[in-house]
Amino acid sequence: MKISMNKINFNESLKKLEKKYKIYAPKLFPFAGRCSDTDLVRYAEVSTIEEMVFDKKSNFSPKEILLPQTETMFYFTEKEYKEPDVEEKGTLVFLKSCDLHSVKRFDEIYLKNKFSDIYYSQRRDKIKFVVVGCKTGFDSCFCVSMGTNIPEDYHMGINIREDEVELEILDEGLKANFQGQDKEFEIDKVVINKIELKVPDEINLEDVINLDLWREYDKRCVACGKCNFVCPTCTCTTTQDIFYSENENTGERRRVWASCHVDGFTDMAGGHEFRKKHGDRMRFKTMHKIGDFKKRFGYHMCTGCGRCDDACPEYISFSNCIKKLTAALGGEDE
Amino acid sequence: MNNIYMPSPYKILDIQQVTNIEWLFKVEFDRADEINYGQFIQISIPKVGEAPISVTEFNVEEGWIEFLIRKVGKVTDVLFDLKAGDTLFLRGPYGNGFPFDEKYKDKHLVIVAGGSGCGPVRSMINAVHKKFKSVKKMELILGFKDTNCIIFKDEITSWQEENNLVLTVDKMCEGDTCDLGINEGLVTQHVDKLDLSNIDDLEVVIVGPPMMMKFAAIEFEKHGVPEDKIWLSFERKMSCAVGKCGHCKIDETYVCLEGPVFNYTKGKKLLD
Repeated sequence: MKISMNKINFNESLKKLEKKYKIYAPKLFPFAGRCSDTDLVRYAEVSTIEEMVFDKKSNFSPKEILLPQTETMFYFTEKEYKEPDVEEKGTLVFLKSCDLHSVKRFDEIYLKNKFSDIYYSQRRDKIKFVVVGCKTGFDSCFCVSMGTNIPEDYHMGINIREDEVELEILDEGLKANFQGQDKEFEIDKVVINKIELKVPDEINLEDVINLDLWREYDKRCVACGKCNFVCPTCTCTTTQDIFYSENENTGERRRVWASCHVDGFTDMAGGHEFRKKHGDRMRFKTMHKIGDFKKRFGYHMCTGCGRCDDACPEYISFSNCIKKLTAALGGEDE
Repeated sequence: MNNIYMPSPYKILDIQQVTNIEWLFKVEFDRADEINYGQFIQISIPKVGEAPISVTEFNVEEGWIEFLIRKVGKVTDVLFDLKAGDTLFLRGPYGNGFPFDEKYKDKHLVIVAGGSGCGPVRSMINAVHKKFKSVKKMELILGFKDTNCIIFKDEITSWQEENNLVLTVDKMCEGDTCDLGINEGLVTQHVDKLDLSNIDDLEVVIVGPPMMMKFAAIEFEKHGVPEDKIWLSFERKMSCAVGKCGHCKIDETYVCLEGPVFNYTKGKKLLD
C-alpha cells in the first residue's frame, strides 16, 4: 500500500500507535554533544515527526534499541537467578537504509551464530522497522560502496517531504493505522556518495597481518573505543556483576557494550593479552568489518555509515583505511 | 526459549590442593554425560562473574566434574574462599573438545602437555588408561616449570606403568627430588624419546602455553608428522562462550564455538 498524508494526520497516526508501540527515532539533544556548544543526535522515544531528525546524521545508531548499552541479564540472590521481565509494548524504529542493514548483521550474531540469544530475540520479535528515504547521504557516508543504500526487509518505508509524508506500508498490522491518498512513488535512496571505494571480495589474514599500514595506527589511535560504540554493527559485549549496597547478597549480572580497541578486551586471567599494539586492534576491527565476517556469513559487516570517522578524536578515517588496505593488496584504491 | 546464559547451582563435593598455586575442585554435575574430553564450563559466582574453566575429569555414573584451578582472576579469587558443601553455578559444557572417537580411536596417540595444560587432557588420558584400551598405544610428554609444579603425581605414577611417559621440568634446581623419573629441558627436547616410526598411525595432541604449543608443533613437523595429525587446544578470553561477545574471536573463528581444540592445519592460520 502506497499513500501520502499530511504531517498533522501522520502525527495523529503516531499517537494511536503509541498505545501499542514505543516509537524511536533520531532526536536532537541541544548542547549535549561531546564538544562545547555542540548538539547530540541519538535514538530516543518520539511522539511526532517534527521531533525526528533525519537531516543530520545521528551520532549513535539504532543498535541502542536492539542491544542496550547496559542490559540486565539476571537478578540474583545467593541461591537463585531470575530473568528480568520482558517489555510488553512493541517497538517502532524509524531508521535509514544503512542502519536497517545493520540489523541483519545483528541477527547473524545474536540469532544465528550457533546459539540464539533470548534477550535479543524477545526484543527483536517486537520491533517493526520504518525505513526513511535518504537521497544524498553525508560527507563520511559510503553506503553505496557497501551495498547498503537499497533498503530491504522493512515493515514500512517513508519519504519525509516538506508538507507531506509518503508511506509504503508492507506490514498488515500497520496498514489500519494510516489513512491517506493513494500515490505512486519510490522510497528515496542514495545513488552516489562523495566517498567511493572498492572493497576486496576476499582478504586473507596471513596476507595483511604484517602490512606496514597498521603501524600508522599504533600512534594515531588512542584506543578510546568510540568507533566501536557508535558503529551500528559492533556487537561485542562484556558481562559485569554488581551488587546492591543496600543488600550485598543480591545483585545483577549485566552485559555492557565492549570494544576490541580498548585495553583489556582480550586479557585472560593470569595476564596474557593479545593485540597489544593499537594498530593490531585496528587490523582486527578492519578484518572483522570487511574480511572475516564475510568469510563466515557471506557479506561485509560494515554498512558504510561513516559514524566511526565522525566520532574518532584522532580523525582516523575507516574508509581511508579500507582504501589503503585495498591498495596494499594490489587493488586500485589508494 | 532456552536461556543460554542461565547457570545452574551445583554443590562442591571436595577441594584439594595439588600444588602451591593449583587446586582441584570436585563438583556435583548432572550433565556429565554431555561432556567431551577437552571441553570447558563457565563457572559462575553471583556478584563476581564468570570464568571459562577446562573440565579436567568427570564421572557420568557418579555425576561429578573436576576443575583444576589457579588463583589468577577475580572469579578464581573468590572460588578459593569456598568450602566443600558450598554452591557453585555452572553452565556448559562448551566448545568442541578432542575428536577422540572420530580421529584418535585405534591410533597411536601422543599427548604433549605443559603445566596446567595437563588439565584439559587428563580426562582423556585417564579414559584411555583406566577405562578402556581404545588406542593402539599412548605416549606422553608432560612438562613443568620445576618439580614443585608437577600436578597429578599419583596419576602420573599410574600412567607410567603402562605408557611411555616422559616427565620433564624446564630446569632442575638444587635439591630437586622427584621419584617419578625426572628429565630436564623443554618438552620439544624430548620428542626424540617417542616412537615416531609409524607416522601414518599417529595423532599428536599438544596443550600448554601458546609458545610451547607453537614450538612443539614445529618440532613434530620437523620429525615428519603432517600438520593434519597435530591437535592444539587454544586459550582465549571466552566471556559468553556462545559466540556472541566476540572476545575470543580470531579471524572468522570463534574459539568458544569451533575450538578450543583445533587441528594444526587450522590452528597455524589462527594468527593474532
